[in-house]
Amino acid sequence: MPRTHVNCTVNGDEVDFLSADDTSLLNALRDELGLIGAKEGCGTGDCGACTILVDGRVNCACLMFAPEAEGTSITTVEGIAQGDHLHPLQQTFLEGAALQCGVCTPGFLVSAKALLDENSNPTETEIRFALAGNLCRCTGYDKIIRAVQEAAVQVNGASK
Amino acid sequence: MTVTENPRRYKYVGTRPVRHDGLDKVTGKARFAADLDMTGQLRGAFVRSPHAHARIVSIDTSRAEAMPGVKAVVTGDDFADLDPTHPEFDMAVNLMARGEALYNGHVVAAVAAVTASQAAAAAAAVEVEYEPLPAVLTIDEAIAVSAPIANPTNRTLFSGDTEPSNLASVNEFGRGDVEAGFEAADIILEREFRTVAVHQGYIEPHACVADCGQDGKATIWASSQGHFAVRSKTAAALGWSTDRIKVIPAEIGGGFGGKTTIYLEPVAVLLSQKAARPVKIVMSREEVLRATGPAPATKITAKIGATNDGEITTLQSTMYFDNGSTKGFSALTGAMSVASYKLPNLQLHAIGTVSNTARSAAYRAPSAPQAAFAVETLIDELAQRLNMDPIDIRLQNAVVEGDATAMGAPHPKIGFVETLEAIKNSEHYNSPVPEGAGRGVGTGFWFNIGEQSSATVNLNEDGTATVITGSPDIGGSRASMALMAAEELGLAVDRITPIIADTESVGFTDITEGSRATFATGMAVVNACRELIGQLKQRAATIKNVDVEQVEWVDGAAVIEGQDPLTIPEITAMAKNTGGPLTATASLNAAGAGPSFAVHVADVVVDEETGETTILRYTAAQDAGTAIHPSYVEGQIQGGSVQGIGWALNEEYIYDSDGVMENASFLDYRMPVASDLPMIDAIIVEVPNPSHPYGVRGVGETGIVPPIPTLANAIAAATGVRMTSLPMSPPRLLAAISGNAGS
Repeated sequence: MPRTHVNCTVNGDEVDFLSADDTSLLNALRDELGLIGAKEGCGTGDCGACTILVDGRVNCACLMFAPEAEGTSITTVEGIAQGDHLHPLQQTFLEGAALQCGVCTPGFLVSAKALLDENSNPTETEIRFALAGNLCRCTGYDKIIRAVQEAAVQVNGASK
Repeated sequence: MTVTENPRRYKYVGTRPVRHDGLDKVTGKARFAADLDMTGQLRGAFVRSPHAHARIVSIDTSRAEAMPGVKAVVTGDDFADLDPTHPEFDMAVNLMARGEALYNGHVVAAVAAVTASQAAAAAAAVEVEYEPLPAVLTIDEAIAVSAPIANPTNRTLFSGDTEPSNLASVNEFGRGDVEAGFEAADIILEREFRTVAVHQGYIEPHACVADCGQDGKATIWASSQGHFAVRSKTAAALGWSTDRIKVIPAEIGGGFGGKTTIYLEPVAVLLSQKAARPVKIVMSREEVLRATGPAPATKITAKIGATNDGEITTLQSTMYFDNGSTKGFSALTGAMSVASYKLPNLQLHAIGTVSNTARSAAYRAPSAPQAAFAVETLIDELAQRLNMDPIDIRLQNAVVEGDATAMGAPHPKIGFVETLEAIKNSEHYNSPVPEGAGRGVGTGFWFNIGEQSSATVNLNEDGTATVITGSPDIGGSRASMALMAAEELGLAVDRITPIIADTESVGFTDITEGSRATFATGMAVVNACRELIGQLKQRAATIKNVDVEQVEWVDGAAVIEGQDPLTIPEITAMAKNTGGPLTATASLNAAGAGPSFAVHVADVVVDEETGETTILRYTAAQDAGTAIHPSYVEGQIQGGSVQGIGWALNEEYIYDSDGVMENASFLDYRMPVASDLPMIDAIIVEVPNPSHPYGVRGVGETGIVPPIPTLANAIAAATGVRMTSLPMSPPRLLAAISGNAGS
């Protein structure tokens, strides 16, 4: 099968890889680039475990073909910390016990980051709808919502 | 929030440190089974039956074997035939069909190829000739007089019958005289309740990698609730001795009971053996929904009697649980979960049925939520008819220490009354019901289990510690192990590293199930720490040249009168000169598991035009015994509550008339999302379990039991309609409100 040469930016690094036309971006990230943070929970865009940012917008990596990433800038969970400083969301998820098994956590962190990048002072309802595309079966969402609320407070504190 | 009968007296137990495995999970580094890749690895794929029930006439694998990249194909002929009395017989039948395919999705063959797409193409090229057979899809069909046999290998447990039957198990037990109990009652209520199959819904599909060497030994990397069980079940399915199999636990992406059995590992091992290369198998979500997990569908009739002053005189119930294609999860635990009230007269029939649907598996407090739906709905109705407060009628009849459980043994020290009072005294319960809303209460019980666990604690050269157990961590148990070790040793919790070791690096440990890990494995950790403290005292005595009797262990240091205390780092620094490294191992078969009770209250509104239920407020109280890490106890309560909410309001397996699951995706099998829910206020009640050194009861299971009746009772309060079948989804609820159907 012919393979396409794909060039894109992932977590700030310029990368390239060869991809079959029917390979999902999720599989390319995981198998070609070794970025295993995004998970396949359903393969149909219903669980959000593979959530990534493509040019700043939330996407399910399982719903994109890898060649569609050509020329884009992609952020995965591996790219949201600043060096040895965790993103406020990573810190509040840890301190607020907002994860149990952790398999959905990368997707939630990326979705929540996209929300806070857009709206640093969301209401509880806004958080719940922003995260409605991410399934978690362990936590009942309570501590996830609270962790995002707490991270928003920190983000606002830092920007003042 | 915590309601406790004992003031906090621990330094570490009861605190909320960051979990030790947390950093890897927020940075994307944590490795689940699907994240593991081995050199030279192949990918496996399954061939699954398109029929609900069919005789396998022939399987021709020649075309598949000739396809590009294909390295191995296996069928039922490659697997050991277990004796029907073998405890893993039903697991093995489910793993790979032999003779008959027993449900739509039953595996009939598997292939391994260089790439996943080659494996999928080859699986599609395996030619299977089927002779379709009549299928049994429901409980009513299974028990019909002229029913076809769904599974010719099934024999009825506990019956002594030797002929094939559609009954998986039959139990009957009780006490007193139910007829006399009904005679003594002023009010008698009787209803029939129906629930459909639901899935555990873990976000991580089943996955494993197996690598079988030319020496006939295999290493398996597995996502499971118990890697020792993966070893023993794989050994059974292959007819191998356990020394040929090593299982390394990967992180597990949710289990909830569904990963207490296995579906992949023996197949992956055989494919790997044939191909002489590692084989990775990852299920798709569709496969997960079609062929793993579901909790049984049920049909439960219950009849309850009470006096006008609210004393329950008798309960009689017949419970049918559909096990699916082979014996899966039992009716017995459902009947046993009817243990919350003093029932002088009790008669329970628990009947498991077999059908041509996916084999059921354990799901969080297995079988108790369906039973609670029936019993707790009737008790709510009793309270309503008698004009009593729904908490008060439960307090009046609640079991306390010494009262009989369903099977007759006395309850140990329990906290049902305290948990009821926690809700009765809660701000939520004492707030006015919002305009247009209905408020409902429900309770739940799970007996919890002990079983076998092992732990090793190693002190490192600098006085830090490694705590090694064999219990996969499905909800934060590593942090609990570290907290208990910290408390015992007097060592800061961040100086302790809790790990889960493979089957060759720690003593045998049973599955993480039945809310047993923090209870039983925690007890093994405590015992190992106590053994280690004995060694530390001996070393201190050697260093100070005194008798060991003169050494006390206080707050992480050896204290000898008149001398400076010796800390753990000071003792480990001298280990080489005092007898070598300090390490201790403990193992046990834990007795004294503490039953846990939960009481929930919810306020709901029902949209009378759409039938949609919105939960305005939800509060859940549960007796944890002692909360080792309160955040993760709350997390168990909240997570269980929301699984129960999904079960109550939306989740359902929908089969067509051919036994094909019509909604095998997360789009159509709709689990709760964040925007469906309010905050879940968790109240931790602490009535310590006297059989555990820190009073742990185990908290995983009970939270899923009350939500169904809590919401059914709230919906009844809001609409006047008693729902007796699940899910209480918008179309069904709308029909019931309109008086058309449903209830």
